[in-house]
Formats: sequence, C-alpha cells, structure tokens
Amino acid sequence: MSPWIRILIYLVAAPIVGGLLAGWDRRISARMQSRRGPPIRQPFYDVMKLWDKQSFVTRRSQNFYIGFFLVMIIFTGALFFGGSDLLLVIFALTLAAIFFVLGAYKASSPYSFVGAERELIQMMAYEPMILLTAIGMYMVTKSFAVNEIASHPTLLVLMLPGIFLGFLYTLEIKFRKSPFDLSCSHHAHQELVSGITTEFSGRTLALIEIAHWYENVFLLGWVYLFFASMPVLGVAMSLLVFVFVILVDNVFARLKWQTAVRSAWLVAAVLGFGNILVLSLMR
Amino acid sequence: MLVLTLILVPLAAGLLLLGLKPDLPRKILVSGVTLAVCCGSVALALLPMAGWPPHVELQDLPVSAHAINLGMFLVELAMSLFILYVGIRAKKPLIVLLILAQAGLMVWFELGPGAHLEVAQNLFVDKFTVIMALINGIVGGGICIYALGYMREYHEVAHRDVPDRRPLFFALLFIFMGAMFGLVFANNLVWLYLFWEITTLCSFLLIGYTQTEEAKRNALLALVMNLAGGLAFAVAIVWLQKKTGSIELQAMINSPDKALLLLPAALLCFAGITKSAQLPFSSWLLGAMVAPTPVSALLHSSTMVKAGVYLVLRMAPLVASTKVGMMVALVGAVTFVVGSLAAITSSEAKRVLAWSTVANLGLIVLCGGIGTYEAVWAGILLIIFHAVAKCLLFLCVGVVEHKLHSRNIEDMSGLVVRMPRVAIMMQIGMAGMFLAPFGMLISKWAVLKAVVDAYPSLSVFIAFGSAATLFFWVKWMGKLIEVVRPAERIKKELVLGEAIALYGLSAATALACLLFPLISSRFIEPYIYAVYGQSASLGAGNIIIMTIMMAMVLLFPVSFMGYGRGVKVVDAYLGGANVHSGVQFRSTADSVQDVAMGNYYLRNMFSEAWLSRWGVIGCALLLVAMLTVAFL
Repeated sequence: MSPWIRILIYLVAAPIVGGLLAGWDRRISARMQSRRGPPIRQPFYDVMKLWDKQSFVTRRSQNFYIGFFLVMIIFTGALFFGGSDLLLVIFALTLAAIFFVLGAYKASSPYSFVGAERELIQMMAYEPMILLTAIGMYMVTKSFAVNEIASHPTLLVLMLPGIFLGFLYTLEIKFRKSPFDLSCSHHAHQELVSGITTEFSGRTLALIEIAHWYENVFLLGWVYLFFASMPVLGVAMSLLVFVFVILVDNVFARLKWQTAVRSAWLVAAVLGFGNILVLSLMR
Repeated sequence: MLVLTLILVPLAAGLLLLGLKPDLPRKILVSGVTLAVCCGSVALALLPMAGWPPHVELQDLPVSAHAINLGMFLVELAMSLFILYVGIRAKKPLIVLLILAQAGLMVWFELGPGAHLEVAQNLFVDKFTVIMALINGIVGGGICIYALGYMREYHEVAHRDVPDRRPLFFALLFIFMGAMFGLVFANNLVWLYLFWEITTLCSFLLIGYTQTEEAKRNALLALVMNLAGGLAFAVAIVWLQKKTGSIELQAMINSPDKALLLLPAALLCFAGITKSAQLPFSSWLLGAMVAPTPVSALLHSSTMVKAGVYLVLRMAPLVASTKVGMMVALVGAVTFVVGSLAAITSSEAKRVLAWSTVANLGLIVLCGGIGTYEAVWAGILLIIFHAVAKCLLFLCVGVVEHKLHSRNIEDMSGLVVRMPRVAIMMQIGMAGMFLAPFGMLISKWAVLKAVVDAYPSLSVFIAFGSAATLFFWVKWMGKLIEVVRPAERIKKELVLGEAIALYGLSAATALACLLFPLISSRFIEPYIYAVYGQSASLGAGNIIIMTIMMAMVLLFPVSFMGYGRGVKVVDAYLGGANVHSGVQFRSTADSVQDVAMGNYYLRNMFSEAWLSRWGVIGCALLLVAMLTVAFL
C-alpha cells in the first residue's frame, strides 16, 4: 500500500475509530462499575453538541493554540502511518503536546495553570521511555523508519519485552487515565476542576476531544508495531492493551505527581534501559 | 591575508578602545570594526566558493617568523606575570602554583626544545575553522553592537554604583574576539596555546568587571579552573614535541600512529572540558553570571566555551573508540543530565540559561568523545545552533532585566503584554533551543542517532536529559504568555544597538534552520568527509518533513488574524466568586484573595546542590580515570 493511501485512511478513519473506542471506553467502564453506560455513539453526540455551543474564552488568543494542537496531532499520526522516522514522530508529538500546554498557560486561570504544569510533568515522566522504545526498535530492526520496522520479520515484542512493559506503563500516562489523570480530569467536581481543559469550551473543547481520538489511534498503532510481523495478533493486542488501560483506570485511584515521575523514570531506567543493555551486549 | 586581518583588526581595535574615553568615537569605532569583522568572516566563507581559496602564507609579511614568535613569547610572559601578581595579591596559592608550573614549563620549552622548531604552517583554514569564524564574527559582532546600548543604560540608569570602566570593557570584548579568531585559525599549537591563555585572562577580567566581592571571587574561580586546563595544554605540547617532533595541529590529527598521540589528545580534551565548563568545572560558568549581560552572552555563545568544545571536536578522530574517548563521552553525558535537571530547579533566568549551556555543551563533548563521523557532524551542528539561539536568549534577558529590574522568571509573567517584541524574540530563541523543527532539535536528533550507533547504552542519558530540557523551557514559555492581571506596555523596549542585535539574531535563528541543509552540505559535510572519508546527513525525505513542520510553525502567528473573533471573553474560574475582574476572589470567611500562580521547580525532588555535588564527584573520577588510562 502506498504511504499516501495509508495516510488518507488514517485521516478519515482515525476519528471514527477513535470515537468508537471512546464510546467503548465509557461503556466498559460503566459495566465495570455495574452501570449500564451510554450508547457507543455517545462521544460523537457530545462533540456535535459542543460544536453548536457558544465559545467562551478567558484570553482571546487561547483557542489558536488548541487549533495547532489538533493540526500537529494529525500531522504526527500521518507521519507515523506514512512510515516516517520514528524519532521525528516523537518530536512532532512533543510539539503538539506543547501547543496544548501553552494554550492552557495562555488561558491564565489557576486551574488550567496547574493542569498545564502537571501535563508538563507527565510529559517529562513519559518522554524517556518513549525515546528508549524508539531506540530499542532501532536496535532490533536497524532502522528508525516506521515502515521498515513494521515489515521486519521478527516479532519485536520477543526481543523487547522490557521495553514493551515500560511502554505500557507510559501509555497509562499518555492516555491521561487513572492513576495518572493528573493534568486533566473528566470529572469536574475534583480539586483540579477540569485541569488543563478548564477554560476551554464549545468548539475548542470539541477539537480537543477529536485530537484525543487521533492521538489514541496513533498510540495503539504504536502498540501494533511490537507485533507487526503477525498482523492479526497485532490488532488483537492493541485492543487488549486498550481494555487493559480501561481496567487500570477503574482499579486505581489517582497518584501524586511525584509518584508518577519517580515510578515512570524507574520503569524507564530498569525495564527500558535494562532491555537496551541486554540488546547491546547481545550484538 | 584575510585570516591575519580577522585576528589583528579586533586586537588592534581593542588596544585602541582602551584609551578611548568619549562615547561617540567609541560608538563609531565599535560599529565600524564589528561591520568589518562580520564582512570579513562572511567573505572567508564565500570567497572559496567563488574560486579564491584563502591564503595563509606568512612569508609575505614584513617581519620574520622568528620575530613573531619572540613577540608572542613576550606577550605570554607578560600575561603570566600579571596572573602571578593577581594570584599573590588575592592570596590564592593554587593560582600561583598553576601559573608557575605552566609558565615555567612553557618558558623552558620555548627556550629549550622548542626554540629551533620548524613549523611549516602556523595558521590554517578549513571548513570547520570557517564555521567557527562565522559564529565568532556574526554572533560576537552582534554582542558588541548590543553592548553599546546596553552598557550605557547599565552605567547611566540601572547600576549607577558600579564604576564606569567602559573603555576597558570594550577593549576586552574585542581582544577576546581577536583571540578567538586566532584560536580557531592556529595550526601551531604554541600559538593556539597563547590565544587560549588570552581568552582565559580576558574572561577573568570581564567576570570581575563590577569589582564587587562576588564578582572578584567568581573571577578568581574562573581563573583557577581555566589555568588547570592551561597546564594540561602546556604538558600536551611538551609531550607532543618530545614524542613526534612536531607541534602542528593538522599533523597531529592526520598522524597514522594514533596510540602514541592518545596522551596529548586526552590532555587537550581535559583542557577543552575545563574551558567548556563541563562538570566538575561547571561552577566557573555559573559564577560568570555576575558580569554584565554582554559578557555572559559572549562567554556562553560565540567564544570561550565554544573554544573548549572546538578543541574536543578537533581531538575526536584521535580518541574515537578508545577508553579515553569513552570517558570523555561519559563526562559529557553526565553533564548533560545534571545540567538539564539543575535548570529545572532555578527560577533565575540567567542561571537557567547557564545550566542549559552547560548541558548542551555536554552533548557536544559527548559527540567529541564518541568521535565517529556521525557524532562529529552532530556536534558541529550543535555548536552553530546553540551559539545563535543562546546568544539571543541572553541578550533578551539582559533587556528584560534592565526594564523589570529582575531576572526572576516568575516576574516575567505577562511579558508578552508588557514587552511584546522582546517576549516574542525570547520565544523564538527558546523554540530554537528545544523544539522541532528548529536547529537544536535537529542536532539532538543527530546526536541520538550517532550515540545509538556507537554506544547504545549512553542513549539513556540523552533520553532523560531531553525530558528535563522540555520541562524547564516550556514552563518558562508559559510564564511569558500568561496574562494574569492587566499590565501596561513598557515604553521604548529597545535602544538602537540592542534592536539591531536582537532582530538580527532572531532572523539568524530562523535562517539557520531554513538554510540548515545548505550549511550542512557546503561546510560540515566537506569537513567530515576530509577527516573521515565518509559523511553523515539527514535524508532528503526527513528534510522535506522538517521543512513542512517549519512552514506550519511559521503559519501559527498567522492564525492570530482571527484574534478575538467569534468568542465571548469571560473571567477565569477561580473556585469562588470573582471580585475584581478575575484577579481576586472571595474565599472562606468572606476574605478577598489575590490570584497567584507560580511555576513548579521540583526542589523537593532534585536539589541543585545535591546534583552538583554528585556530578562533580562523578565527573572528577571519570577525568582521573581518563588521564590514568591515557598515561598507561
């Protein structure tokens, strides 16, 4: 398949898949809590409703940052599914996340400010492991290009078990789920109010939602890379990982940010670095 | 001739400025010389492309090589006596000891074994030299122009208590610049050593400019650490001459017998590490912040520390895949992580910048220690981008400090309203320091690839260090753009000299990114190819993607055209009833509270003192190990 076709499929299908995943997330979470839960299509209804609402802002330029956050997230996913350099994908993802954070800073409200600070702390927590994941994949496949990693004959997870577990750990942070929903809570009655998204409303909030759908599909695509030599297993594992993340979300309470950073760095240092050390000794 | 002009004109201008008290002639002289030096360094880069390779013959000079060497020897002797005097007057036995050891060694060498040494080529020019000269000419020139406006405000408004010694100040800036040109053009190591010592002395005098107790103390600290590097340099020269009979840099690099040269290479790396303020020597650069801002900018971007990494990168082919190289790389890697984490804990703008310099130089030293063609390519990229962006940031902080009378990052809240131009240029500088698709990130990417190919386990240092880098830059950016309470715009943000330098450097930061493929293919790759026989580059596909990203980021300001359209502005949610348009709220027991927001500095998690202490111990052990390995 030509990279352009893959990018096109991603652009069209990712919001649909992402939205459906969000719907399943709510349904599965509800069932875990012995509730019925909303219909699967609820996230789409929510976004449509938000789209028609009036846009309130605290600072007039805050929404531009969110617009670019969405654009950069889509760009990141397009780079990934287009088969580009994995490190470049990480840098684009970072750039996107920074636009999100800067938008919250711009809003200049205490709650979005705390959310922005915590989001940065979360980024600092997951960044090392994400980079080590790319490096581990490079050491096995001798390439940073996503398409070459995907077409490599070995089942990467067998060579990178530590890195895979570490990556799972950071996914918990990246999905902003408990125990790491430090920066942005979906339940506005908490001490954080709604964190980084507190001052965003209407269409802008809808854009943030859509950006998360794109982002989640891209992240699950990365999980797939670990199993890329066996595509069916890959898709199944990606979905399983998603369910696992939901389970963890429902089982754990929120951790302190100190614990988040320490534990994520410990995981990166032990599982991630340990795996790389073993690989470099095997060469 | 161009090369000699570039060295001698700033030196001569410096001596002239020493006697120039009035403001206007100084302005004219400084502007004229800066312009000449900028044009000269650009000409040096462009002339070979037009088919005029630079001539560096000394034969057509009216004086003999012997006379030049004698003159240099006398200058060196005078400097040593001055440092000796400083050491005795300050009652610092270590300074006295170090200067006696190294001056004694050099005097013995130049009167004894070195007296009849035939040096075929004293100066030389290659692509790496040209890059360094460009940085020195353009960035250094920008700093001199900036200093004209800045120092006037410094003495007449901001710091009336500091004695006005501007003639000395500008003289030192230009002598520094001339010495830096000499340093990068020198092929004769004795000449290189002389210029090296001139930069040490100039930095000592500039750091101590204000003559406060703190300034004097920090200047002496810088002196003692750089003298330690100078001693290592002197030993390297003597050893090299004894073993190979030559003191030429190029002969050393191209020598087939690399094992024989490992010790002098290790000693020169040691000298480079002291000068580029790597752990355990980073404290002198942090202390150097007491000086006026142009000095910090000069030390951090175009001269001084860049001289250190220049020498380390020159030694790279000699230490590649040796244990010495591994130790050098580790010093750089540890410094990168410690510097980045320490920068998180500081709220003082200049200190954050200083730690960030230390960290980024660590990356360059890491590249030098690895020494593969990929690594050196990445290291040179880092030198270029770091010089431009860091200089811009220092100069911006200097302006802000004069207007807000604070260099605390917390006080820069709402700067985008109060000083919009400076705030935007500061953000350009910061983006240039760590964000894709700007220069430093491209370089870090290259470093990461080089490290993974050479020593994969070292990549863990880059992974953790980069994460910390991200944190301290973004929270600073956030402070600049948040606007908590209404603020008035400050009148007359910039004076002329400052404006020229800041606009120029902002443009240079953006241009360096856009022209990066050209810089790489015309200057860096030919140099790497000449040394290693192969070269690295970013693939064409990646360059296209980076260009697309650059275009997108440049489009971001365009989106502000819709400023305030279709939105309803309301007060922020404060968790209580807002009292005064969103800057106060009614809290418990009907008390009225101000809104205050402060960044996280994570001081409970990492302490600067703890990080420095263990960084110093760790890196000192690594250096001892490096020298031990080299001696054996």
